[in-house]
Amino acid sequence: MSAVIENHHDDHDHGPAKGITRWLYTTNHKDIGTLYLWFSFAMFLIGGAMAMIIRAELFQPGMQIVEPEFYNQMITLHGLIMIFGGVMPAFVGLANWLVPMMIGAPDMALPRMNNLSFWILPFAFFILLSSLFMEGGAPNFGWTFYAPLSTTYAPPSVTFFIFSVHIMGASSIMGAINVVVTIMNMRAPGVTLMKMPLFVWSWLITAYLLIAVMPVLAGAVTMMLMDIHFGTSFFNAAGGGDPVLFQHIFWFFGHPEVYIMILPAFGIVSHIIETFSRKQLFGYSSMVWAMLSIAILSFVVWAHHMFTVGLPLAAEIFFMWATMLIAVPTGVKVFNWVATMFRGSLTFETPMLFAVAFVVLFTIGGLSGLMLAIVPADFQYHDTYFVVAHFHYVLVPGAIFSIMAAVYYWIPKWSGNMYDERLGKLHFWLSFIGVNVTFFPQHFIGLAGMPRRYPDYALIFADWNMVSSIGAFLFGFSQLLFLFIVIKTVMGGKKATDQVWEGAKGLEWTVASPAPYHTFSTPPKVD
Amino acid sequence: MLFNLLSFTKRNTFLIALLLLVSPFMQADWFALNMTRGSTDISNEVFELHMLIFWICVAIGVIVFSVMFYSMWAHTKKKNPVPAKFHENHKLEIAWTIIPFLILIAMAVPASKTLVKIYDDEAGDINIQVTGYQWKWQYRYLEDDVSFFSNLSTDLDEIYNLVPKGENYLQEVDEMVVIPAGKKVRFLITANDVIHSWWLPAFAIKQDAIPGFVNTAWTIVDEPGIYRGKCTELCGKNHGFMPIVVKVVEQAEYDEWVFAKKQEAIKLAELTTKEWTAAELVERGESIYEVNCVACHQTSGQGISGIFPALAGSDIVMNDKDRNIEILMEGVQGAAMNSFSYLSEVELAAVITYTRQSWGNAEKGDGEIVIPKDIVDYKEPKI
Repeated sequence: MSAVIENHHDDHDHGPAKGITRWLYTTNHKDIGTLYLWFSFAMFLIGGAMAMIIRAELFQPGMQIVEPEFYNQMITLHGLIMIFGGVMPAFVGLANWLVPMMIGAPDMALPRMNNLSFWILPFAFFILLSSLFMEGGAPNFGWTFYAPLSTTYAPPSVTFFIFSVHIMGASSIMGAINVVVTIMNMRAPGVTLMKMPLFVWSWLITAYLLIAVMPVLAGAVTMMLMDIHFGTSFFNAAGGGDPVLFQHIFWFFGHPEVYIMILPAFGIVSHIIETFSRKQLFGYSSMVWAMLSIAILSFVVWAHHMFTVGLPLAAEIFFMWATMLIAVPTGVKVFNWVATMFRGSLTFETPMLFAVAFVVLFTIGGLSGLMLAIVPADFQYHDTYFVVAHFHYVLVPGAIFSIMAAVYYWIPKWSGNMYDERLGKLHFWLSFIGVNVTFFPQHFIGLAGMPRRYPDYALIFADWNMVSSIGAFLFGFSQLLFLFIVIKTVMGGKKATDQVWEGAKGLEWTVASPAPYHTFSTPPKVD
Repeated sequence: MLFNLLSFTKRNTFLIALLLLVSPFMQADWFALNMTRGSTDISNEVFELHMLIFWICVAIGVIVFSVMFYSMWAHTKKKNPVPAKFHENHKLEIAWTIIPFLILIAMAVPASKTLVKIYDDEAGDINIQVTGYQWKWQYRYLEDDVSFFSNLSTDLDEIYNLVPKGENYLQEVDEMVVIPAGKKVRFLITANDVIHSWWLPAFAIKQDAIPGFVNTAWTIVDEPGIYRGKCTELCGKNHGFMPIVVKVVEQAEYDEWVFAKKQEAIKLAELTTKEWTAAELVERGESIYEVNCVACHQTSGQGISGIFPALAGSDIVMNDKDRNIEILMEGVQGAAMNSFSYLSEVELAAVITYTRQSWGNAEKGDGEIVIPKDIVDYKEPKI
């Protein structure tokens, strides 16, 4: 008898709550995914506005718009906001939306923690941004916050910065644990590890990287806190400490962090290229092994960020060779994408355009990374605009293009409406041209000798800086078009089919469009 | 004939118009595209290495992208409606793992060889200690007991666009490092406050200047001339304003320069015992203040609220001469204020007196001046 009553309760399928509480109290993976994505979009626009200030100041030699002190605050916040507020939450948002649907799970494994890990993020960034209005200004020591500039010589707001980084770290760790537990425990019967979609694989690896290195970052900022307020001398040479120790700890976090921001992109791009080539991915298992090798190698290459700190010869040679080794699995991935497209049946809808641009421009960023690994040459490249060009090529047309590709690819499933293809293509071309006009000339500026984090420069760098600034304005303002397209799609438009894309494969395409509030309450059958 | 002439003039006008149009671009530096080859054996080797890996990367890019672009052109849904079915091919996969590996070794071997050469750590003929400060460089010639600071000499008006910028805008200093041509010069690089980095592209030297550490780098420059470099580690607000200028001269000229520097030092020492008036000290102190103090405490003496305290109206600067001297000599623990004890007694006395006499401090406070002897007394061992 009681069984009947319980059944009755189970059948009572409830949709989302009404009003603001739906978003505050939600434990639904789709709602939380949406929150993460909108939050990261807001941060992307704020961090982007800071980039516009930076490029406006660099438009011409001389100081015109801001003071050097404020310029340093802008570069610091731009980096922190784009990394921790833009790229990482966007990937977590995508993981929330997609991982359960791709593995046939009803939700994330730890839904309340999911809510918490999102809702502490706005506080972290509120604290970070409020430091702009504090006495002494916002953090001004670069997103890499090298001690002792970030300890003894830092503005008072550094303590708020440390608190904010701790919150971001806690959020990331909770998000990562959730992803691991979900993937390990909640796969539908038949979804074995080697049958998981590549996006799920990429996130499983990313999540382990996060769990491994976010505590290291927390350790670094805690040591800073101790140096600043409690009289320790971890990084203070005068007290017997070691400023270089900070860099070792920071980059032991920092290098895996770089791959945290690119592995999910690999997953996304693999799906999109497969779909729009209408052909099976060339080498699924080699893609998985390549990602695993990249992740493992990421722990033994950190000192390539520190070739000029005076490492012993043996260390320089080790880190050079280890770094170059990463090119092998990365090459495997690129070759796989090209081989997947080869003799496929290609169409170029907006997601595919972004994915193809990703492969080309990410490869350019990878090749300049290879150049940076060569120690003697790095003595000339290090801390110049060549490095700025390199990491923006892997992060903007790399990570960010992959996120945009993902939004265009999955938004019909999320909203039930098709986006406007003409506007999507326009957004792509504006972004593609903008990003290249911005960052390609920075290779020249760097090789010709302009250091990074300079608010003003010698006259020889003037021309290409102006070009770069024009590109940046184009790229920046094009993103308002992206905002418009997303809002337009959410509000309405041509209804999407369940399958959406002709060549798409995977469980998420078997559910209705828009995806119902609860999917896979009973696990699907997978062969 | 007429027709010919006409077309010739026409073409000429066109050419002139074109020239006029592009001339601003021709004066400009559109060709500042590549790394400098530099002027030492090592920097040449580094340049060759850079070009080698650059062309290898270009070749890889061309091959990969041409396959991809071909496929984007030839394998569209229109031209190839039925996709191929192939996937996984072990021979191909092994090939595209092994071949990049071999290419990498081809790059890493010459790079490692050059690196070993750079890491030669024999002492130089001349050894110069380079110390980074916020925001200037100090050079100490260890054999000759010559020591000086090198500051940016570009006028603030140029930076703030009030006057046209000079040819060496932001690349000029008040005192250049002078080294002899053809001699092995070793730089011992360290820092006094935060991390800086000493970069001279023409010598392919970039070494971080880290407080508590001494990094070294060496060079042999055969060609006399002026070489310019920069600080390349974010070191605070004037990171972009602490350039490096090295002047390479023949040995004879170098010897003369060292002699002149030593004479200068003797003259400066004599000044310590001179009788000073307040006005003389203030006059001398103003220029020292502009070079050493203005970046934080500002021309107005107001500092920057929350980070750099104001000197105008400060109780210490107005009324506590002893503490005032102590702060300059020892710095302030846990704050950005470092010891300035490396300045000479005259400079210290002058700059302290300047701050005690300016911004109305003398009127509101005790108005006492500091003379070089006060600094000498401070330095005497205290019993």
